[in-house]
Amino acid sequence: MQPLTAEAFVRVMDAYAQVLAEFRDVLNELDNRIGDGDHGTNMARGFSAVAEKLKASQPTTPAAGCQTVAMTLLGTVGGASGPLYSTAFLKLSAAWNGRADVDEEALRGGVAAALEGIMARGRAAVGDKTMVDVWTAVQRELQTEQPLDAQRAVEAAAAAALATKPLTARKGRAAYLGDRSQGTVDPGSLSSALWFAELFAAMSEGVVKPQWDLSAL
Amino acid sequence: MIVSHSAKLGEGVCELLRQLAGPNLHIASASGLEDRLGTDAIKIAHAIQACPPGSDVVVLFDLGSARLSSEMALELVPSAWRERVFMADAPLVEGAVAAAVEASIGGSVEAVLARAADARQLRKLDD
Repeated sequence: MQPLTAEAFVRVMDAYAQVLAEFRDVLNELDNRIGDGDHGTNMARGFSAVAEKLKASQPTTPAAGCQTVAMTLLGTVGGASGPLYSTAFLKLSAAWNGRADVDEEALRGGVAAALEGIMARGRAAVGDKTMVDVWTAVQRELQTEQPLDAQRAVEAAAAAALATKPLTARKGRAAYLGDRSQGTVDPGSLSSALWFAELFAAMSEGVVKPQWDLSAL
Repeated sequence: MIVSHSAKLGEGVCELLRQLAGPNLHIASASGLEDRLGTDAIKIAHAIQACPPGSDVVVLFDLGSARLSSEMALELVPSAWRERVFMADAPLVEGAVAAAVEASIGGSVEAVLARAADARQLRKLDD
């Protein structure tokens, strides 16, 4: 794994904004089935603003970049994913404070702190059919595989997102649907898996990003 | 403090409350995003800090992310403010009216929160 510099962090967020633009309709469609149908629009808008802010502000550390991400998302996303992703990036920022770049150990600490933050903010546990499922899968890879196999981590994130499909939602708007929330991948899990694919691709050469079978979501 | 996804709904609730409450209550809305529905923790944090210094702040919120954004806002304000902000577990309109009435007659923040919470049991059709 190559340490993630501030410049690389900005590139990751820029790439992620582009991926979200590509997946906007897919995420909206998933959210339409089990929520209020705006996850793709909200995320694409929020992270497009993030990418612009980062390019304009040129953060000198990944922690400073994460701080910018967190504050930008609050005013631009609007739905629950705003405070949730914002919390994740605030925790990453705190964990990486003072570092010029992020190595595997810092990533391990950062992901653990971010996951804890997301769980506390959303009061969600593993298996509730939320982004927590994906962040937990990545955290497990970071805890058990040392050194980390970035390809495995990307695949674990994707598998965790797909594994939300049969689950009954217990948090957010989808929880109102009860058993009818089964049969649809949680859109927040998919957007999280997409982020981890960009992150690990930037930290490890040769990572193959998942090919999503849209009809299976 | 009214936190709604809709700026119009937030302002509308404030309009109702201003009619009920005396001049000693600071009633404000931190609702909606710039040009659409949603809640914004930064907007809420600013609105909290625009309340009269030393006052207790009772937050009433509508759905879903309104709670998450309000809780996030609490982490963004200085701790001296945080200690004076209270989240009401109540329906937005009925809870806000009950809270405003209690506050306007000089009720403690505990009483205001309790009246707001009582609004959960309020029956509208009792026949």
